[in-house]
Amino acid sequence: MLITITIDGCEVSVPKGTSILEACRMHDIQIPTLCYDPELTSDGACRLCVVQIEGNHNLPPACRTTVWQGMVVQTQSPKVRAARKTILELLVANHPLDCMTCQKMGNCFLAEYAYDYGVTGEIYQGEKRKLPIDDGNPFILRDPNKCILCGKCIKACSQIQGKSILDYSFRGFNMQVSPAFNLPYNESDCDFCGSCVSVCPVGALTEKHMVGKGRPWEIKKVQTTCPFCGTGCNFDLNVKDGKVIGVTSNPDAPVNGKALCVKGRFGTDMIHSPNRLTTPLIKKDGVFVPAEWDEALDLVATKFQEIKNNYGADAIAALSSARCTNEDNFVMQKFMRAVVGTNNIDHCART
Amino acid sequence: MTNSINEIPNTKLMFVIGSNTTEAHPVIGTKMKQALANGAKLIVVDPRETQLAEYSDLYLRLRPGTDIALINGMMNIILANGWENRAFIEERTEGFDEKFLETIAKYPPEVASQITGVPVDQLVEAARLYATTDPAQIFYTLGITEHTYGTDNVMSLANLALLTGNLGKESSGVNPLRGQNNVQGACDMGALPNVYPGYQPIVSPAAQAKFEAAWGVSLSPKPGFMIPDMFEAAHSKNLLALYVFGEDPVLTDADANHVRKGLEALDFLVVQDIFMSETAKLADVVLPGASFAEKDGTFTNTERRVQRVNQAIKPIGNSKPDWEIICELATRMGYPFTYQSPADIMLEVASLAPQYAGVTHGRLENHGLQWPVLSCDHPGTKFLHEGTCTRGKGLFMPIENQEPNESPDAEYPFLLTTGRKLAHYNVMTRNSAALETYSPEELAEINPADAKRLGFQDGERVHVKSRRGELDTKIVITERVPEGVVFMTLHYLETPTNVLTNGAYDKVTKTYEYKVCGVQISKIS
Repeated sequence: MLITITIDGCEVSVPKGTSILEACRMHDIQIPTLCYDPELTSDGACRLCVVQIEGNHNLPPACRTTVWQGMVVQTQSPKVRAARKTILELLVANHPLDCMTCQKMGNCFLAEYAYDYGVTGEIYQGEKRKLPIDDGNPFILRDPNKCILCGKCIKACSQIQGKSILDYSFRGFNMQVSPAFNLPYNESDCDFCGSCVSVCPVGALTEKHMVGKGRPWEIKKVQTTCPFCGTGCNFDLNVKDGKVIGVTSNPDAPVNGKALCVKGRFGTDMIHSPNRLTTPLIKKDGVFVPAEWDEALDLVATKFQEIKNNYGADAIAALSSARCTNEDNFVMQKFMRAVVGTNNIDHCART
Repeated sequence: MTNSINEIPNTKLMFVIGSNTTEAHPVIGTKMKQALANGAKLIVVDPRETQLAEYSDLYLRLRPGTDIALINGMMNIILANGWENRAFIEERTEGFDEKFLETIAKYPPEVASQITGVPVDQLVEAARLYATTDPAQIFYTLGITEHTYGTDNVMSLANLALLTGNLGKESSGVNPLRGQNNVQGACDMGALPNVYPGYQPIVSPAAQAKFEAAWGVSLSPKPGFMIPDMFEAAHSKNLLALYVFGEDPVLTDADANHVRKGLEALDFLVVQDIFMSETAKLADVVLPGASFAEKDGTFTNTERRVQRVNQAIKPIGNSKPDWEIICELATRMGYPFTYQSPADIMLEVASLAPQYAGVTHGRLENHGLQWPVLSCDHPGTKFLHEGTCTRGKGLFMPIENQEPNESPDAEYPFLLTTGRKLAHYNVMTRNSAALETYSPEELAEINPADAKRLGFQDGERVHVKSRRGELDTKIVITERVPEGVVFMTLHYLETPTNVLTNGAYDKVTKTYEYKVCGVQISKIS
């Protein structure tokens, strides 16, 4: 059943049960949010998505308000913008303004909205936090000083990963998000799936190995399929200057959404491992000697042909690869069957 | 998988047997935890108390290798209580005959309990929950298949699904979680000794004629060697040359010393890989392939979803995409492979493999397609066996419990079982500095009672020996493993676990028995 509402003077129809925020997103109407994520439940914690509804005295959060027939919504009225600006002023009051060196620069929602609403941090000169940074693990940097307490990482940990490692601790100004007993990540039961990092709207949670490696506008993102287990997660390889500098979640990934595991999110640094083979090698007198492609391929082709001629095609076999692409495997089995002339082809299909 | 990964959060019951899902398939593990949050029940069957077992409603710690007795026992209980799905058996199956029922009758709960070590009340509760919850799904992995009777283990699970009608529906089926990123695809592409692409049998004259016509050459009707046969044939000089592509059998195949000797006996070994693997070190020629980030193509995941692999960077150094290397070899041997791109290769796959008939790189975009994709306008297949099974009727098979090829004895009193851990994927992830820092070494798991008896301290290095090989490893003392059982992973070349494992294999698939062998453990003097 469709409900018709009016948003900023435009009539739109959306399914019954839709929130105002979802209705706006369906119709490309921009509403700022810090705590909302379509994969997680909505708490209305940040209040940044407040809107004005005709006939209502207060400003309800769009993420927690369901549409009704005939609803008239304003998303950019002066009252709404003033309320959002105050919220942002309060968030920025105790937020470090080291944006120039912050890894999140260019991807920071707080900075983006501060820019939009003209928030400079001058109105409320608040006390700043000086909490220790959690860098005791190889994967995630946690800077609690930058945390805006939106709670998305807490929900990602419980609702996506099913672990509930993170929660709020302490009260009032001292409130933080952390593992139990305020332990560092590496002393908690964390699996390092990095779902928390994937939803953090500010620089509180970042991928450790990407720090200093590139700014968002310099990075090309290439969606691809993870090379580890058979789940088939998709993610974005982040590429700068011809080098993969890390992995970020792609929310449109058909199998996994934002979820990944420690290997997929943090293990692709093996692409640029110094141990990579970079040239063909031919063993001469027991020692590998670098060779040109032509020399190596000619040698393999000649040896295979010789063995085939002298001993028959069945004296040659191939182990294909469950790690490589369908296309690689197709040409490999065709090579063995149609060129060498044997069905001696297998791979670790059962392991 | 008969079903899709995103059907998991909506299932009502998960029967997980021989799968350490949260470590070996972590994101599928998260989907299972989401199902639990939605109110689903979870039964975990495993000798080792996995992380998933901690989340379970019912954890059945069976003796390693007694899965058939457990499943037959559950079916005995289901039949005794009338929990079977008579309508499904009548309409959708065959083989539900006296011979099948006689076999099941041999496994009353007390007998099944005695063989498996699982208390009768747990067997009854598992049977009741699985048979009376709808939809219910089975998940299994290598804990089922890596036995000398792995095929029989799988058929037992199929029996259980058929008996209860938990098949051919949304969120209900039999779901093997495939281990490698493209093991499904490599099988689909016919990188197997007995089938052409699309599982068309080598021994079928019609299939042979089809591929001969497509490729313009005559093809051998003789099925080829499976992996264990290759090493045997190399030993006996019936196999002289081997082309190993993206695998490291020296570390990953069972009875590694035997594998190494087989490789050393070859006249000519070519290895194509992205790293200097232990196998590559033995090669005559090493060809540098490109990693997944450096080439285009597709992987097919465990739910049959064909997905794009997109080139992000140029091949490192002088390496080349693997398909290009193979094409160049074919051309040099007098049969030009003239594909212009992986998309071009997929056009030929689609023309030959019926499951891929409607797959093109263009159609896959960023969401992929689940096979069978029967034509260019076919949407793909979310779950299998709806209305009818692929073979027609589901076939009940009478399966008897069997013993592993090598069980612990007086000389080798510990049972070694092997698997993976969360931080690593086989042997390649050791090249990730981040993962290597996090998880740098093997930690063999041993039960506190055994450790106490042998005088071992947590973190001590000990000596492990089997009939085939020996090594030293650090240990962790944990109740995750039962008394008498040791668990090790295959990830570390410094601790090459497969020198210990047994090279005996399943009679049909020739899968090694990685999950059970006898070892002795002693202090390092």
